[in-house]
Amino acid sequence: MVGVPLWWRTTETYRAWLPVNQINELAELQVCLCYRSMAHWTRYVHPVLGYQAGCHLRILNEILARDHSGDDTLSVLHVEADLSLHTLSASPCGSVVVYVIPETSVLLPQGVDVYIGHRRTAVLRMGAPMSVGKNHKQLLAHLEPRITQVVQVMSFSHTDITAALSDRVRLSPGSKESLADSMRSFKSSPGYEITFSLLNPDPKSHRLDWDIEGAVHSYIQPLLTKLAPLANFSIDSQILYYAMLGVNPRFDSSLEAYTLNADSLAHVINPVEARLGSNAASSNPVLNFLLYVPDAHHSPLYIHDHQKQPVASNAFHSPRWGGIMVYNVNDLYGRGETPLPVNININMEKVMGVFLAQLRLMLGVQSSPAPPGFLVEPCGGAGLADWELDRLMWSRTVENVATATTTITSLAQLLDQIGNIVINDNIASQVSSTVTSLQLAVAELEAGNLGFALQYSKEAILASERAFFDPSLLHLLYFPDDQKFAIYIPLFLPMCVPILLSLIKIASEARQRRKLKQSKKD
Amino acid sequence: MIAITQRHVHDAAVPPLAGDPPAADPPSPPPSKDDFQEELVIRPLHSGDIYASFQFRTVWDADFMGDQKVSHYRLFPKSLGQVITKFSVRELHISFTQGYWRTMQWGQPYLPSPPGAELWVWFQDTVTDVDGTWKELTNVLSGIFCASLNFIDSTNTVQPSASFKPLGIGNVTDHSFLRYATLPREIVCTENLTPWKKLLPCGSKAGLSVLLKSEKLFHSTFHSQAVHVRPVCQDPQCRTTSMELRQTLNVVFDLHTSGQGKREWSLFKMFSRTLTEACPLASSSKVYVDVTDNPQGEQFELSPATPLLTQAVVLGDRRTYSVYDLTQQASFGSSRSLNMLLRWKNSHNNVVPPVMLRPLLHSERYVAGYGLQAGEIHTLIYNHHPYRAFPVLLLSAVPWYLRLYIHTLTVSSKGKDNRPSYIHYQPSKDRERPHLLEMLLQLPPNSVTEVTVEFERALLKWTEYTPDPNHGFYVGSSVISALVPSVVAMDTNSTLDRPLFSSFFPCKEEASYFMRVYTEPLLVNLPTPDFSMPYNVICLTCTVVAVGYGSLYNLLTRTFQVDEPSPGLAKRIANVIRRFRGVPLL
Repeated sequence: MVGVPLWWRTTETYRAWLPVNQINELAELQVCLCYRSMAHWTRYVHPVLGYQAGCHLRILNEILARDHSGDDTLSVLHVEADLSLHTLSASPCGSVVVYVIPETSVLLPQGVDVYIGHRRTAVLRMGAPMSVGKNHKQLLAHLEPRITQVVQVMSFSHTDITAALSDRVRLSPGSKESLADSMRSFKSSPGYEITFSLLNPDPKSHRLDWDIEGAVHSYIQPLLTKLAPLANFSIDSQILYYAMLGVNPRFDSSLEAYTLNADSLAHVINPVEARLGSNAASSNPVLNFLLYVPDAHHSPLYIHDHQKQPVASNAFHSPRWGGIMVYNVNDLYGRGETPLPVNININMEKVMGVFLAQLRLMLGVQSSPAPPGFLVEPCGGAGLADWELDRLMWSRTVENVATATTTITSLAQLLDQIGNIVINDNIASQVSSTVTSLQLAVAELEAGNLGFALQYSKEAILASERAFFDPSLLHLLYFPDDQKFAIYIPLFLPMCVPILLSLIKIASEARQRRKLKQSKKD
Repeated sequence: MIAITQRHVHDAAVPPLAGDPPAADPPSPPPSKDDFQEELVIRPLHSGDIYASFQFRTVWDADFMGDQKVSHYRLFPKSLGQVITKFSVRELHISFTQGYWRTMQWGQPYLPSPPGAELWVWFQDTVTDVDGTWKELTNVLSGIFCASLNFIDSTNTVQPSASFKPLGIGNVTDHSFLRYATLPREIVCTENLTPWKKLLPCGSKAGLSVLLKSEKLFHSTFHSQAVHVRPVCQDPQCRTTSMELRQTLNVVFDLHTSGQGKREWSLFKMFSRTLTEACPLASSSKVYVDVTDNPQGEQFELSPATPLLTQAVVLGDRRTYSVYDLTQQASFGSSRSLNMLLRWKNSHNNVVPPVMLRPLLHSERYVAGYGLQAGEIHTLIYNHHPYRAFPVLLLSAVPWYLRLYIHTLTVSSKGKDNRPSYIHYQPSKDRERPHLLEMLLQLPPNSVTEVTVEFERALLKWTEYTPDPNHGFYVGSSVISALVPSVVAMDTNSTLDRPLFSSFFPCKEEASYFMRVYTEPLLVNLPTPDFSMPYNVICLTCTVVAVGYGSLYNLLTRTFQVDEPSPGLAKRIANVIRRFRGVPLL
């Protein structure tokens, strides 16, 4: 009597309480994404709707007033408008402001219906001429599909979200290309390591020098500063000597150059990667950018695409890994009289242009082609417009929420299936903090507060990973059943034998007694 | 999965913001200077063996101690640099050694190291949680060098108070930032050599490192590879510091196994490779051959002969070296490859080579006693100097499962008691930390000093035994650090251009030089339980429970009836006899 509860108490595994119900609810989570869009109307369109747009209007008018008759100045107008509209109302992250201007306005160049600037503003030209008499509702109904289109370009569309969820949600069999697109960018992570490596296959023939610090400072850093709310980035660079490509380029006598075919590019990376070395000091994913400078005997080296045409950038990238660029310096060699090694200074502007484009692809800044009639301002010095950042933040938030949800549901499933895992208090607290951050993130997403949503989703993902990979979960995982038998058999087997024997005895006695009774009756 | 990058970023992105040209940025400092040197020293040993010592040195004028993060690497390996930056390491010394350096046969090595793995690290004084950082650092280094350094934990880490001073600049005295650990059981092999070679700028592609082929290096009696990172002065005034990375590899080839018994050594015989070029990145690339014992070529013949001779003061002695400068084309001769050959003249008539000068300091250590309960550790330290006494620091770290009785510590030399002038003893804690015993001893001239201490072997828990417990448990080497009186004046100018092998330990005064001697590691047997014990326990419990429970159960379930007392034994025997005889029973 005393033994049973004692035994029960001492052999039980400690399992802290987990919010299983809430986790299960999360499994069937449906997120509704909301964006705050604000449309401002100019009085030219509709006097009734021209509320509180007075000052915006004044600015637009002022810009127009400064309009000289020349056509070249006209083309700059929309840029100026974008800037001044931004200074007027700093729109919060995740929102889109659409200004609707009349059909006849000269603000936008001919043939352009929608203009998207650097910030979170778009200028939309009224479509078909509207009669003034129409009311507010009809006007909105007329504009709605076009505003949706603008918003889809500027914040998110269905394809973006499915791409973000592609690792978790089975995609409907789409085109191969869209799948490749969705797999190109890195998965969301709290930090990234960016490594630039200069590969010098033959230090005897040339001595390379690159001003990587200056180049990073002027080309890469502005983009990363812009992306700082998304993740932490750390940059380093190295020079690798005697680093060879994995394939021997073929000499093309018609071009007098060596060529690398698109098919053989896949074999280039492996031998180089062995030399790159992983960052031992952090576990964030690494983006590798390699600059390969072929030696004098193997240059120039050109990369050919599938159509056997030379690639203009002479570079290629490998999804979720990084990019490689070949930099030919053969024209920098003298006519054979200069003593080797030749000192070569690398033109970082050329290199960084390619690497920046690759970096944008790897980070998932998608520059999908704009629909017809759209004029998208090219990204400026930061390499990233505000609305592009928003776009990225939307998809990253959704991806984070999805990842954290799957992690936490699979953890709950695992703990449910395997009974003898110990669940410590700190795991329980991690799990519940994940759940609360997830709920908060979803609520913020629904409210359209993108910045907070991203913050909470990052917290959720961190906490869920910490709970999932906690080493204490492994302690009793491999405690096999046969050991339990080994412990309990010596106790129970000797006890069972006399009990069983006496049971048999009782049974046989009972049978005898019954027989005796029957014979008595007879 | 490979895709071609079709376009550049929009052209507008390439120049920085219109109003913010790069000229407006703070001008980035010129890339910090780095320098790489490589060197090989070959020393014929008196036993007929040959000693080859490689040193590769990268000096980088980067400030690792400052706030600025170092992230752009050129010659310095990135993997190591990142570790140093992340863990705020001031100095790092790591060595992997296979075999034991026989001081009495071979003399002193240029860089001593104990058998197994040794790691000691000085952290910067900004580190708050030194133990946590140390734990992470050992795990990371274990990954970099493919070694079992992750087995370093608090049970084999000590904080020496005096023996391991920083070898670089910096006058740190707070030894709470120092951690020292050895793994005497570590086996060193190819998987440790490959990552070590990867740290070299030329890899194994050019320069001296082409000789480092594992099939020959590990077919040797002694192999030791090490990495030393420390801050050094840039100029004699020491206004700015640089980071120095020294990679060393020492190997001793045996006369009989590698040399087929013939006293004739060549680069090809030792490494199965010859030298064809220097590493193009190296500012200096030299091969030294120790010809001190062979001034007129009466002992051995060195070919190709080199006119270049240099003298260096190393380990308290002035030695003469033949130098081959690999950056000069002339060194390679017409065959375009350098294969040095050392041929002894009288290798066949078995002439006894001249007696080697006995090393001034050497030591031995062993375990005495019998049985599996108690024992005694003896450490013998020899001072072979004929007339000078000098002090040494002895450090021994003993695992907790050998419980030292510190009251039995005796130190005697020449039959007399020798009182250590300084003793630092940290008792062990079971399963937490080892014993640490450090003392400063004065060694009388031409004497043997014996340090003995008794210990008791502890019983381990059954999960704490190693997979092969009957092999025994290793106790790491003791370390003897000494300032040995020098025969010749030592060179105290540390910034002067000197061969690498003579410039590792900084020298503060002319009259003595620093030396470190490692004793043999000990192999101690601990009482080992019978590991089939659980099964015996199961059998025993089964029996005990069956007997105990069975009888209790019987007692509870039996119905008791009054039985007629059975007749006594005598009566029964009588009845049996009576039955035989046919007489009526009693």
